[in-house]
Amino acid sequence: MNWGKKDLLGISELSKEEILFILDSTESFKDISKRDIKKVPTLRGKTVITLFYEPSTRTRTSFEIAAKRLSADTINISADTSSYIKGETLKDTARNLESMNPDAIIIRHTMPGAPHMLARIIGSSVINGGDGAHEHPTQALLDLYTIREKKGQLDGLKIVIVGDIAHSRVARSNIFALRHFDTEIVCSGPPTMLPPHIETLGVKREYDLNKAVRNADVIMMLRIQKERGGTSFIPSTREYSTLFGLKKEHIEKAKQDVIIMHPGPMNRGIEISDEVADGPHSVILDQVENGVAVRMAVLYLLIGRES
Amino acid sequence: MKVLIRGGRLIDPKNDLDGKFDILINDTTIEKVDKNIRETSDTIQVIDATGHIIAPGFIDIHAHLREPGYEYKETIKTGTMAAAKGGFTTIVCMANTSPVNDNKSVTEFIREKARSEGACRVLSCGAITRSLKGEELSEIGEMYEAGIVALSDDGKSVKDAGLLRKAMEYSKLFRLPVISHCEDESLAKGYVHEGLSSLINGLEATPSIAEEIIVERDIALAQYVEAFIHLTHISTAGSVEIIGRSKKKYKKVTCDTCPHYFTLTDEATLGFDTNTKVNPPLRSKKDLEAIREGLRNGVIDIIATDHAPHESTSKDVEFNIASSGISGFETALALSLKLVHDNVLTLKELIEKFTVNPAKLLNLPYGGIAAGKPADLIIFNIDIEWTVDRETFLSKGKNTPFHGWKLKGKNLLTMVDGKIVYRDTKAIKG
Repeated sequence: MNWGKKDLLGISELSKEEILFILDSTESFKDISKRDIKKVPTLRGKTVITLFYEPSTRTRTSFEIAAKRLSADTINISADTSSYIKGETLKDTARNLESMNPDAIIIRHTMPGAPHMLARIIGSSVINGGDGAHEHPTQALLDLYTIREKKGQLDGLKIVIVGDIAHSRVARSNIFALRHFDTEIVCSGPPTMLPPHIETLGVKREYDLNKAVRNADVIMMLRIQKERGGTSFIPSTREYSTLFGLKKEHIEKAKQDVIIMHPGPMNRGIEISDEVADGPHSVILDQVENGVAVRMAVLYLLIGRES
Repeated sequence: MKVLIRGGRLIDPKNDLDGKFDILINDTTIEKVDKNIRETSDTIQVIDATGHIIAPGFIDIHAHLREPGYEYKETIKTGTMAAAKGGFTTIVCMANTSPVNDNKSVTEFIREKARSEGACRVLSCGAITRSLKGEELSEIGEMYEAGIVALSDDGKSVKDAGLLRKAMEYSKLFRLPVISHCEDESLAKGYVHEGLSSLINGLEATPSIAEEIIVERDIALAQYVEAFIHLTHISTAGSVEIIGRSKKKYKKVTCDTCPHYFTLTDEATLGFDTNTKVNPPLRSKKDLEAIREGLRNGVIDIIATDHAPHESTSKDVEFNIASSGISGFETALALSLKLVHDNVLTLKELIEKFTVNPAKLLNLPYGGIAAGKPADLIIFNIDIEWTVDRETFLSKGKNTPFHGWKLKGKNLLTMVDGKIVYRDTKAIKG
């Protein structure tokens, strides 16, 4: 298969073949991180900018490590150091960055569609590192990669996504990706956090977490997004933890080899208990490890192949 | 100076005329409407309207001219030029200027500015509450003396039902209709319609009920105090249902919708094009169909543009922070003619919604073509195809989601008070 896209803006614009192509490409990059010398010259001479309008540790670091292991030069710009706080518009920032001829810009933004706007303005590749409640494509790709790695395949699985689906870009991207496969996707959470019409995306709604997790192959926990006003949708985090916090008793209802995922950062004791987060079913740190490999593959596909 | 328009098909619902009529205009007024007027004089200007429709000049009861205060978005001069091009001879501008039109000096400023620079007639809508803050009544009587024709806090609802009640009661003194922008603030936290598209694009969304709750409330209030109520830019199936039901038991309810609500759905927002950001938001397919049905069965009385011009920098930003609104004067007629081409409305019914119905709502002496009346008329063609090019807009606002669209039907000539203020020089010679 030939990769023809300039940008990675969302999973919703990828075909099943494109998703599988990225996952297959990831295999070879995973080995690099396990070597003694973790660097290959694939992106030598390329410039990758991370432009983050929202705080991030994992995603930004993961992209930076991915780019560096491929020998690209990386520059990190975050909102608190950028002209954004001086009132520069995204359009002007984009044009200025473009003038410095970067090869790829990874943007994270609080507002949906910001990466799409950037991609319309500039010629370099744009990767969506999370835009508001819209999409977080590389997170979904690393999640699928991790599921496939642990389960051997993506078809025939029951996947339960728990939490604030309405405000979650991780949930959206994962649903868009997983529905290409023969999966049963169940969304669980308080009714205020499950958006209306969600069934039209091909997923089931089950408010009762105890029922939702029955026979699950994968349980994907989402973070309560305090910074997005997420707490106004529930009476208290304590009550949330009682009703929707993932505990050992839930694991017992799921399949024996169930895996527990979380995109991080975790609110321990709220959406996930310590014993589950650190328990034998947890693949949370594998997700982080795979994130680097998936992002290497994405960078390679978007800007690495003509050289 | 006399002008004779001959050869066209006159459709004037107010005077129940539909057929080949010639129209003789003497200075500012209509002198005669008749079959085959033979007027011979050296000074008479003859306009050949063969193959075209002649109609009373369109009246837009909902537009934003941005002056005073936002002259970088639009001025009374550019806005009226755009309106004239679109086929409007009378437009009503909303109060959300800076300063707000909540006192007679702003009303007078607009009136005088329109008189000296306007290409068409401009009437203004006064604010219901001071500074549109929803806290205390504006000086309604003084604005009435200065010429306002309606009251509205357009852009938001008057949240305080008690205060709105007072406004409805007080405005009866002047027979001024209250125009309601229907939106419950606590539900309307979004930038797009809450539906299938917002589910996909993750934008904060506003449900239909944010509009419908206020439609229901405002009609109930009006009925209680026996006031006129006009609900503007209706966008949802529920609103059409509520208004249809209410009209059966209470006669002083009218409403309008805008071309974008019967042309586009929320699907248009999927690409994050900020030109599709408008308030109320573009709704679902089901809503669009209900709006078309409401127009067809007469529940929706009027088509208004909600012309809302913006400078490019307020649209060239992230969707959330982009300004709401569509520059609508120059596409309204062609988008509405689609209703005729699709057999939703007859041409006569369409013209009613742009002429006699708005005139009736605001007690205006316009909206018909008859001897002795002001010579406000337009000549348009229903079949001419053209492509929307925002760069050719006379409005300063190039913010249209219809750029590049192929539309059918075009205004060719606009006459206000006997003066030709717009003419398509290719189609109309003379």
